[in-house]
Amino acid sequence: MIEWLGVGETARRIASGETRAIDVTEAFLARIAALDGKVGAYLAVAGDTARMQAEGIDRMRANNVPLPALAGVPIALKDVLVTRGLATTAASKILAGWIPPYDATVVEKLHAAGAIVLGKLNCDEFAMGSSTENSAYHKTHNPWDLARVPGGSSGGSSAAVAAGLCAASLGTDTGGSIRQPAALCGVVGVKPTYGRVSRHGVVAFASSLDQVGPLARTVGDAALVLETIAGFDPRDSTSLDAPVPKYRDALVGDIRGLRVGLPHEYFAADLDADVRAALERTKQALADRGAELIEIALPHTHLALPAYYLVAPAEASSNLARYDGVRYGARAEAGSLIEMYERSRGAGFGAEVKRRIMLGTYALRSGYYDQYYKKAQQVRALIKRDFDKAFQHVDVILTPTTPAPAFPFGAKSSPLDMYLADVFTLSCNLAGLPGASVPCGLTPGGLPIGAQLLGKALDEPTLLRAAAAIEAAVGLGDARPRGLPS
Amino acid sequence: MTKEEVEAIAHLARLHLEPDEIERMRGELAAILEHFGALAAADTEGVAPMTHAVPMDLRLRPDVVAPSLPVQDAVGGAPEKAGELFVVPAVIT
Repeated sequence: MIEWLGVGETARRIASGETRAIDVTEAFLARIAALDGKVGAYLAVAGDTARMQAEGIDRMRANNVPLPALAGVPIALKDVLVTRGLATTAASKILAGWIPPYDATVVEKLHAAGAIVLGKLNCDEFAMGSSTENSAYHKTHNPWDLARVPGGSSGGSSAAVAAGLCAASLGTDTGGSIRQPAALCGVVGVKPTYGRVSRHGVVAFASSLDQVGPLARTVGDAALVLETIAGFDPRDSTSLDAPVPKYRDALVGDIRGLRVGLPHEYFAADLDADVRAALERTKQALADRGAELIEIALPHTHLALPAYYLVAPAEASSNLARYDGVRYGARAEAGSLIEMYERSRGAGFGAEVKRRIMLGTYALRSGYYDQYYKKAQQVRALIKRDFDKAFQHVDVILTPTTPAPAFPFGAKSSPLDMYLADVFTLSCNLAGLPGASVPCGLTPGGLPIGAQLLGKALDEPTLLRAAAAIEAAVGLGDARPRGLPS
Repeated sequence: MTKEEVEAIAHLARLHLEPDEIERMRGELAAILEHFGALAAADTEGVAPMTHAVPMDLRLRPDVVAPSLPVQDAVGGAPEKAGELFVVPAVIT
């Protein structure tokens, strides 16, 4: 089936003329129409523009115009990436009906590479959450067990890829929002080094942590998409001016001599037994292939969660000040300007977003700054130092992506319980490092488990090389989600 | 955390909260902040706060006019506008 070919093979078939781009796009649109009622991955499907783009690719080929790297490959976007002429909501009511007047840089880059944009994917409101249950619109179901969450915040992005509703997708990762849903849905997710991918046109959550990255069914496909979206952008003041390697060239399969760090803080006694067993098999597979396993310590790991949940909400409370009923989105009528702001925001934001705005405002208010925000930034520096020390001895770090596999809807009853779902993924963002989640097996009950790899800044090639080795040794192979027709 | 404290923060955040939301927020914020008490115990003497993920200086660009969003596009998504202007409730009455 065309929907399972993946990014590289789809591009190859279209370029060679074996398959027309319009047929690929129609196949995906038909599958979305048939199955997304069960999955709920999409907030909006852009059928007409996708068909026009696909027909354009077919015309290029008919006229012997050289095709770009992703020509005709259907990709879908987390709904925090702004798209010209296509509604962008960040899964929030406050942006309902907003049609952006420009494209995010990553969207421009996908268009330039010939990719077909199928539509916009569900997520937690403003990317705040770990289950996609915070979407103001609807639930997204995990394709491996429709009674469970797909993870979050990029839950639509992970579910769509797992269910074969797009060849690959883009998500954003502020504290694990690409890697955690990738792990829970059995797909590959890459959070690049901070600054590697432009944030221009990304609905901002926490500006010092946010990063865009790919989700795909294979490491090779993720590498190909990352290659397309990475690179310097003068419109993002934090963009890194560094050359973009050919990431696919790193997938050589040889990991002999690779030094893999194992931080004991991530393998504590309360780790889920199935996750622990899968990680043990992963370690063994890496050792069998010639990698050197090295015990390391990241002693400030236990402070990552409190540091993150002060830094991220503080930045969010500032970033979300722009949703005030003046320039875009919904407005509540009121007599005075201040009251109009307060009523518009009170009606437009959901419970978790309000909670984080309140937490961030509390931490930043006059007189409390040193106690909370500054202290969290100092701890952030200590967490970064831990990694700097560890990377003097190892090339890459291996941990579980999540403490447990996908959980049922409604299982996390308090905000803190939900925050703990990200406990292994937060440090990476605080330190600005690249991270990836790669499937490393299924539980006896058939739920995917993810292995997390963390790398040195800008060393995505080593990260992807290790990820490809795990994929080859203990990945899911041709296993497809239960509960959905293949 | 008192009701008045929650209301004061909500006002700083320009966020209207219903009475039941204020009540819920009191408990939730208190529980979260209590959990964050671990930070206070961390020894951060002499540690410079880390403001960004990677060290970077503000970049300067040449001072030349470049294309930007047309005004009609910029105001196009506003809930209320007049020509090229955003309309808001009267600020001075």
